[in-house]
Amino acid sequence: MNELIAGVLDGRARAIARLLTLVENSESAAETAVTALYPHTGQAHIIGITGPPGSGKSTLVNEIAKRLRQQGQRVGILAIDPSSPFTGGALLGDRVRMRDLAGDSGVFIRSMASRGSLGGLAQATWAAIKVLDAAGFAKILVETVGAGQAEVDIARAAHTTLVVEAPGMGDDVQAFKAGILEIADILVVNKADRPGSERVVRSLELMLHLGPMGGTRHHGRILTATIPAANGTSSGWQIPVLPATASEGRGTAELVTQIQQHLAHLQMSGEWQEREQERCRHELRQLLQMRLLARLDTAVSQNEQDALVTAVAAREIDPYTAVRQLLNHFPANHEVSGKSASTT
Amino acid sequence: MEIKPRILIAKPGLDGHDRGAKVVARALRDAGMEVIYTGLRQTPEMIVESALQEDADAIGLSILSGAHLPLVARIMELLTENEMDDVPVFLGGIIPPDDIPTLQGMGVAGIFGPGASTQEIVHFINDTLAAAQGDRAV
Ligand SMILES: Nc1nc2c(ncn2[C@@H]2O[C@H](COP(=O)(O)OP(=O)(O)OP(=O)(O)O)[C@@H](O)[C@H]2O)c(=O)[nH]1
Ligand SMILES: [Mg+2]
Repeated sequence: MNELIAGVLDGRARAIARLLTLVENSESAAETAVTALYPHTGQAHIIGITGPPGSGKSTLVNEIAKRLRQQGQRVGILAIDPSSPFTGGALLGDRVRMRDLAGDSGVFIRSMASRGSLGGLAQATWAAIKVLDAAGFAKILVETVGAGQAEVDIARAAHTTLVVEAPGMGDDVQAFKAGILEIADILVVNKADRPGSERVVRSLELMLHLGPMGGTRHHGRILTATIPAANGTSSGWQIPVLPATASEGRGTAELVTQIQQHLAHLQMSGEWQEREQERCRHELRQLLQMRLLARLDTAVSQNEQDALVTAVAAREIDPYTAVRQLLNHFPANHEVSGKSASTT
Repeated sequence: MEIKPRILIAKPGLDGHDRGAKVVARALRDAGMEVIYTGLRQTPEMIVESALQEDADAIGLSILSGAHLPLVARIMELLTENEMDDVPVFLGGIIPPDDIPTLQGMGVAGIFGPGASTQEIVHFINDTLAAAQGDRAV
């Protein structure tokens, strides 16, 4: 493991690839890796790309990466595709659209299966981002599972979130309903070569203007739902709606300009720190949740848990009573709450 | 946690259809594997680079162009250069029987003609990876 960590810090592709596998397959490997790499992270600009299946996310990633390479930036790419809920297998096909990036040692592309995670990312994506960050990729592009729904997870994981729409992907109002506008920093209407794309651009613009912020959004209403804004003012970022034809590389120069401008905006407005804060809060809670459940599984046997489930299903006890019984088994629970009660 | 094999499926050479490769890719997915599908017209350099970045446990090649000998030779050479000799390579497509010993001599672990069932390929991969894991454990 130490050798791999050193290799990652040197930016060696083989070490990065190996460590990503370990991090993906083992929670404890992820812990070791992140602990070692964390001081070397925090440099990368993380860019999320989400949108319905087939809207052209991978094709856009290919184009964005090419342009970032022209600017001399090293680019790491994580492309997530769904795992089959039935077999656990996955067909990871995003690389097909990224062939222009082959042969460039300044680009590293990794496909990831979602492995049962629902939010459009894999559970290991957060750790994988850190591996690429520590390996020195200035830009990390994260393509989510194609979904029509707002993928809040990506907005939490990324600094800049692109939501990709395309004409003919269902009615325009649906995007609004699904909360797409809540997570987008930049809206891309891809397949601008197709009929109806101007209408999609116009209706998205209209929705932005009708929205409560009138097109100016305080950073991520969803993201900050739990923390009050520092000063209550809006951050002043105008969400652009950009037409693009990714398959012909059209509109992508402007898109990359906007991505860079969003980064500049984050840095100048202080929103970068706010987002980092929010991101870390989310990550901590996720980890905590996972670890607490793991502790419960150590404290209470699967049989005991099953017996409780059966009792609830048979209406012998209610779910609240069952959970209380589980928590009683939880040795740390009393201790921790007891201690904190006595010290406060 | 059960660890999913990661299999890279690539279509080197210039012939333009990848139906066979896609059928195999889907069958492997349905067998619970994570399949990285890279698409048509891959050069040996692209294939080995993808396998490296994806940390593939095995590489499956579909070759119908008749250029299997030079393509496979180059891929095996690149794998060696990258210290990836331990990644098994299997081959599907139209391979004349006379070429099979040559390909095996280059280190190809499995060769499947047009008549091979996807089930055979799944078994082959599972067995090959299990054997490799056994070796590593020793
Ligand atoms: N007409 C047109 N087709 C495009 C454009 N961009 C991408 N496509 C095509 O749209 C299809 C899907 O593109 P992808 O980039 O794979 O889309 P995706 O959103 O990554 O798809 P998933 O990852 O499966 O959700 C491909 O056939 C592309 O060639 C475009 O600007 N115009
Ligand atoms: Mg894609």
